[in-house]
Amino acid sequence: MNDLVTNLGVSYGDVVLELSYLLAAVFFVVGLKFQSHPETARKGNLWAAAGMFLAMITTLFLHNDTDGSGIALSNGVIIVLSIAVASVVGAVIARKIKMTAMPELVSFFNATGGGASALVALIEFSNPNNSSILVTLLGLVIGSVAFSGSLIAYGKLDGKVGDIFAKWTTWLNLFLLGVIIAVIIFILVGNVPSESQKLLVYGLLAISLIYGVMFVMPIGGADMPVVISLLNSFTGIAAAMGGFIYNNQAMILGGILVGAAGTILTILMCKAMNRSLFNVIIGAFGGGGAAVSHDQGTIKEISLSDASILLSYSQKVVIVPGYGLAVAQAQHICHELDTLLEEKGVEVKYAIHPVAGRMPGHMNVLLAEADVPYEKLIEMDDINPSLPNTDVVVVIGANDVVNPAAHDDPSSPIYGMPIINAHEAKNIIVMKRGMGKGYAGIENFLFFNDKTRMLFGHAKESLQKLVAEIKTL
Amino acid sequence: MESAFEFFYTNKDAIFIIVLSVFLGIEVISNVPSVLHTPLMSGANAISGVILIGGIILVGHADVSHISINLILGILAVLFGTLNVVGGFVVTDRMLEMFKKKK
Repeated sequence: MNDLVTNLGVSYGDVVLELSYLLAAVFFVVGLKFQSHPETARKGNLWAAAGMFLAMITTLFLHNDTDGSGIALSNGVIIVLSIAVASVVGAVIARKIKMTAMPELVSFFNATGGGASALVALIEFSNPNNSSILVTLLGLVIGSVAFSGSLIAYGKLDGKVGDIFAKWTTWLNLFLLGVIIAVIIFILVGNVPSESQKLLVYGLLAISLIYGVMFVMPIGGADMPVVISLLNSFTGIAAAMGGFIYNNQAMILGGILVGAAGTILTILMCKAMNRSLFNVIIGAFGGGGAAVSHDQGTIKEISLSDASILLSYSQKVVIVPGYGLAVAQAQHICHELDTLLEEKGVEVKYAIHPVAGRMPGHMNVLLAEADVPYEKLIEMDDINPSLPNTDVVVVIGANDVVNPAAHDDPSSPIYGMPIINAHEAKNIIVMKRGMGKGYAGIENFLFFNDKTRMLFGHAKESLQKLVAEIKTL
Repeated sequence: MESAFEFFYTNKDAIFIIVLSVFLGIEVISNVPSVLHTPLMSGANAISGVILIGGIILVGHADVSHISINLILGILAVLFGTLNVVGGFVVTDRMLEMFKKKK
């Protein structure tokens, strides 16, 4: 044993370090696998975290440079202090943030990961021992795009940054991408002296950052989750490039795992919205085809007392929560309504569209936060068959996901998108702020349906009034 | 062409891991219910903070006897990476905590 180790020219520490990386990689895979099932998801997250912690500790104590020197005490102290500070900040932000702001937060953390990858690549570029220049440059570009793109996504979700969309943005983006590729090739084969090479790399960094901004700028509203997921996979790939530089298998595996999983997740999300990834990136939505005029019929309003009577004397009620409910933070009062109705013997269920809320699955998180039992949240495909026997469907702040045009209007931009068949229920109450259109910018004929009654107002206030009204019955 | 061959051969181990990891990532994620898309995205995001290991290696072997631009950037990389890792895992845990069955 002793001979073997000396023959290989490595220390026991090196062996233990590599073993710990192998273990960390296994933890990542098992953790991610667990996270794709509801019962084991939380455990899976802890597994992945444990793998990360293990790799951090062993790297700190056992990593040797190519000349065989370990990490000096002074360096170790700087690292531990930095990690401690950032851990506290990260944990506090993650604990304190409101659940409705979750998409912004994921985007923000993704930006930091991309930024870290870009920085590592930037520093390693000037390391003379680094033989993988191409990979380093790719890490720099992908990391910076993920960084600036995620920051813009964060700003957009937070309402700080608006949309810019014009034909020229697509062309500008193609141009920037071309410049990035050209600069990379030039650095690789151009035989430029190292001083001007440095300038070129800083230029590359700048262009990549601009590209990240311009890439996300034209993409709006409901498409943001798709973009965040895509940028997330970019961050993974950038981290894997870092692993390539250090010949670190745990980093490569972890990064590529996230890259592949993120890409698949992006495609799944696109499918749930019946959009192609290409369309999301080009940002071409609505526009033509939306101007079909139907015989609209009339909008019929319902009074609070009528609504409360209708609901209280129903047998089966299905609530369809949407973006509007999330924005109005009305999930708690909504739960109050459903317990009140259950006390009166009404069976209440929630119909969850795959893209309800601000991110896929976000609505489930919000309702779970408001203590709505998990069993009451029914996915679209499972609830649709029971809707014709449902007495009242209450649509709260949802629009496109209940638009029957997806079924029967081939000219509609959302034609073919799977929807919750609210129009099949015996009665429909739509709670809405006004007659504004949904994200797709198209008319919703559900609102003009004979069985539909509108209850206008802010979702939270309307629900509060409704709950108060039902209590008096 | 010559240099492409050389690149492949010298890095063949890493390239094997990359290719197999792609299949692994796709396999692990397929069939995930849409309920879990958001937590999964967040959890995967935390794993991509593995670049932190790179940051630790960088700062670990950096010259700390004087302050250089690379040292500052390296520390920044560690700070960013940690934010990604710790924040990501904590917020994912917070989301998933709510999925537990309430009795």
